[in-house]
Amino acid sequence: MFPPIPNPSVSPEAAKPRFGEKDILRRSASEVTPPAERLTEVAKLIDVSKCIGCKACQSACLEWNNLHEEIGFNHGVYTNPMDLTPDTFTLMRFTEWVNPETDNLEWLIRKDGCMHCEDPGCLKACPSPGAIVQYSNGIVDFQHENCIGCGYCIKGCPFNIPRISKVDHTAYKCTLCSDRVAVGQGPACQKACPTQAIVFGTKQEMKDWADFRIKDLKSRGFENAGLYDPQGVGGTHVMYVLHHADQPSIYANLPDNPRISPIVDAWKGVTKYVGLAAMGFAAAAGLLHYVVAGPNRVTAEDEENAQKLTEGKGPPSAPPPASPSGPAGHEGRAT
Amino acid sequence: MTSVNLPPEVPEDIEPGDAVRPGRPVHVARYTLAARINHWITAISLVVLALSGMALFTPRLFFLTGLFGGGQWTRTLHPWIGVVLFCSFAILFVRFWRANLPARVDVTWLAHANDLLAGREEKMPEVGKYNAGQKGVFWAMSALIIVLIVSGIAMWDQYFYDLTTIPQKRVAILVHAMAAVVIICVWIIHVYAAIWVKGTIGAMTRGEVTGGWAWRHHRKWLRELVSRKPRAPAE
Repeated sequence: MFPPIPNPSVSPEAAKPRFGEKDILRRSASEVTPPAERLTEVAKLIDVSKCIGCKACQSACLEWNNLHEEIGFNHGVYTNPMDLTPDTFTLMRFTEWVNPETDNLEWLIRKDGCMHCEDPGCLKACPSPGAIVQYSNGIVDFQHENCIGCGYCIKGCPFNIPRISKVDHTAYKCTLCSDRVAVGQGPACQKACPTQAIVFGTKQEMKDWADFRIKDLKSRGFENAGLYDPQGVGGTHVMYVLHHADQPSIYANLPDNPRISPIVDAWKGVTKYVGLAAMGFAAAAGLLHYVVAGPNRVTAEDEENAQKLTEGKGPPSAPPPASPSGPAGHEGRAT
Repeated sequence: MTSVNLPPEVPEDIEPGDAVRPGRPVHVARYTLAARINHWITAISLVVLALSGMALFTPRLFFLTGLFGGGQWTRTLHPWIGVVLFCSFAILFVRFWRANLPARVDVTWLAHANDLLAGREEKMPEVGKYNAGQKGVFWAMSALIIVLIVSGIAMWDQYFYDLTTIPQKRVAILVHAMAAVVIICVWIIHVYAAIWVKGTIGAMTRGEVTGGWAWRHHRKWLRELVSRKPRAPAE
């Protein structure tokens, strides 16, 4: 058993937040100087093999975050609601999978929610300064007062996590209970889990605990058991122990190889610089041309010619003598 | 006699309201009041869209959201103004598309584009109501506005979230950004041309240009208007 996190002390000293503004590693649409010293990275480890699907974590999340999910419909499966919503930051996804090797039905239950990527796609895509921050302990948090509700985070996220509220038009997702972690507690879901399928600690502790669990699973015949800490996003601060780590996608489409989409990279990277350069170039070229060539003015002669033409006297060169296009200039009709 | 005097088919680049008003100087009506109002609604929409779009395009210009009452308002308004632009431009398109059809002279005109830029306009062929550059702006705007409205709807999550998948939204957002960059460049060319060619802006404010301006820049159009005039009463 993983040693549980002790209950909070009642001393005022323990109530002081252990991280905050000064520990911001990344801030959306802003340049920040990373803190000189990085906090110890934290992580939540979800051991899928120990999950009994009780949804205590889902309830605890609603309760701690004071969320009120709409009463929905039973679709004949245990997953409820059917997807993450602005009020459901975490969701038990149930998959019935037939193992082709054993022909056994396996009930795969994965607690879905924000993975708290080391390289967060949401933060990269966000256009609003300070709407998404990453603390040096690895927690990625949304700051609702800065959120403009554009939904760019949804496009940036490789895991399809953020949801925009129809009530206040800002984006919501799991905070990793940053408010609890700040005072030395574990996330609400971890606290509520009756089987220690969810444990919380430093990232190193979680990796060590995962190793222990994976060895145990392998000894029980799950030879592909392994840790899901995808390097495509620099690792995550929510990790899974999977009994079939060779095929994450069987767990309700957990991405096999998540990374920030190259399209998002192109949009937030090269397009921005080339785009601004192109617009700047167009404006500068115009200015330069004006300075060098000067304005194109109508001359008195032009006015005279127009007068002669309208008065029927015929200007000096009535039919264009040297017109290279010939007399049939205006043809070319498409109809 | 009648067969000779039959009015020829109206050249396709003459638009309703185009007319020569003899005098000193000659005035030529180029845009009707309706066309001008239509143009300026489109123009204002485009500028507002560019400002609000650039605010969300790069963090360095995020301060532009202040013009619209903050980020939330910018995010809310931008797509609606896009709808205004699309509708307004659609009407403009119906007005102007015929006169913007490609003509053979456009090729010659484009081949002499460097003469134009160097100020040797006398070497340019005579063109109708629109030269190849203006036609290029018109068709580029038309195509880009379609790309922008389609990609814009794909990323208008408030109403159309379920219409597209997330991978499709990513493509839409990239296409939207690139098309926006191009349309802003086209807009810069359009505005610069109006500033550089003196006497042009009056066409879209008062609706008319001087005869000299028409002679210098759109001589074929002026000839068509002049030659059309006496035939009108004969009908």
